[in-house]
Amino acid sequence: MRPFAYERAQDAMLATRYATAQGQTDAEVQFLAGGTTLIDLMKLDVLRPQWVVDITSFGERHSQIEIGAGGLRLGAFATMSAVADHPEVKAGYPAIAQSLMLAASPQLRNMATLGGNVLQRTRCPYYRDPSWQACNKRTPGSGCSAIEGYNRQNAVLGVDDKCIAQYPGDFGVALVTLEAEVELAGSGGARRIPFHALHRPAGQPHLEHTLQPGEVITAFRIPGGPLARRSLYLKIRDRQSYEFAIASAAVGLDFDGGVVRQARIGLGGMAYRPWRAQDAEGALVGKPLTEEAATQAADIALRGAITHGHNDYKPDLGRRTLVRALMQARDMEA
Amino acid sequence: MATPPLPSTLTEPSRRHLIGGAAGLAAAPAVVRAAASAAQPPPPASRGSVEMALNVNGRDRRATMDVRTSLLDALREHLDLTGSKKGCDQGQCGACTVHVDGKRALACLTLAVAAQGRKITTIEGLAGADGALHPMQQAFIDHDGFQCGYCTPGQIMSAVACVEEGHAGADDEIQEYMSGNLCRCAAYPKIVAAIRQARAQMGAKA
Repeated sequence: MRPFAYERAQDAMLATRYATAQGQTDAEVQFLAGGTTLIDLMKLDVLRPQWVVDITSFGERHSQIEIGAGGLRLGAFATMSAVADHPEVKAGYPAIAQSLMLAASPQLRNMATLGGNVLQRTRCPYYRDPSWQACNKRTPGSGCSAIEGYNRQNAVLGVDDKCIAQYPGDFGVALVTLEAEVELAGSGGARRIPFHALHRPAGQPHLEHTLQPGEVITAFRIPGGPLARRSLYLKIRDRQSYEFAIASAAVGLDFDGGVVRQARIGLGGMAYRPWRAQDAEGALVGKPLTEEAATQAADIALRGAITHGHNDYKPDLGRRTLVRALMQARDMEA
Repeated sequence: MATPPLPSTLTEPSRRHLIGGAAGLAAAPAVVRAAASAAQPPPPASRGSVEMALNVNGRDRRATMDVRTSLLDALREHLDLTGSKKGCDQGQCGACTVHVDGKRALACLTLAVAAQGRKITTIEGLAGADGALHPMQQAFIDHDGFQCGYCTPGQIMSAVACVEEGHAGADDEIQEYMSGNLCRCAAYPKIVAAIRQARAQMGAKA
């Protein structure tokens, strides 16, 4: 690991003094919370910050789990395990609790914060190994080793000819599906953005998010109601536990008698960023949710998939995962 | 070690910028408190070798270490506590599992400098003051929960936490909540049996 200076930020103001491109690949200042991504990538020599600013002291004020009439508010410094184990989150927002419970290991879930989780970096093997020179995410303009290389776990949705890295997270997929918002604090003031606007689309792979320099995520807000109650997160992995998704689906359903009033669909293990399939949602509305209807929606959801050889299997797996998730959510007691 | 140069944004903080930022952030409670100290310089950063104070197994320990030192290397190389093992050193195997403030965590992905002020428990701190083994340690012996033993300290620390969390009910729950600890010898069935035995003796919530 390369040398760096370590500092504990006692409050958000100090953090905002580090007004640099925090979180981006070439940033000379990185914020440290749970450390499960940052320390890992510093050991691999992928991230080379000159300053590491420890912001865990914010956690005392930004780790509450609050459930009110309007929905759920999760402090960004809450740990994954605290939220995954919370009885009211499990009951009223099952997709949120399941997406966290099915991620990583108990040790990592005790360490990792929600804010860091949504900003975790891709597991693309070429990004994580600097001995491969070509990686547009790590070194802008250097090319992409994965497009012609081993790309079994790379993304098929939202990719371009510069980068096919997959967004590895689960919680972010549940958040985009349930139309969460993100609360931010920084030198420009406090602001709120929709979660879907946090991650950038493909184009400039080394720029992953839309945070301002020095800005910190302080909370997530998830609307409550029937869509959140009848929601679930289905994760398909190469092994049963402690593994990233090769396909996943977050769904939320609201029925009016026997027909779908509203539907929410998100896909993980498939896409460049947390992915919502709104066209597929629309195809379900106003009809009974049969397996045939779910299959039609899944066809729409994976319509734009672009594969590169080793990941040719992904669109089929994604469709089947989504169909199963929709059927399971239909049959839930919610 | 060379001292990293300060980013220009740090060496020339604009007072106007800071105060303006504080006013703009008035809605965020975290920042309101900060406004009073906006004009004060930040505390000095730690670089190179620094003296650190760690609370390990109930004792305050001091050591001078490079700021890059992981908690795992601090325990093993500086505090002579070699029970915690280095397997992958990148958060994938669980051999380095310790308890930080009572919760299981990976020492290899924790910076020692950031662990100051926390209560750290390692496998060496599990047995009683009289040397009596913790029920989980005894259960691993009783059930032969290992072959080579390299993963065992991490397995035991994780297993103790698994029971204390209330996640040691049915076998499949134990398996799920022990999935962060890999055993190359595949002693998994005996590890599950050991946890079942210790669970009863620990007065489990599960």
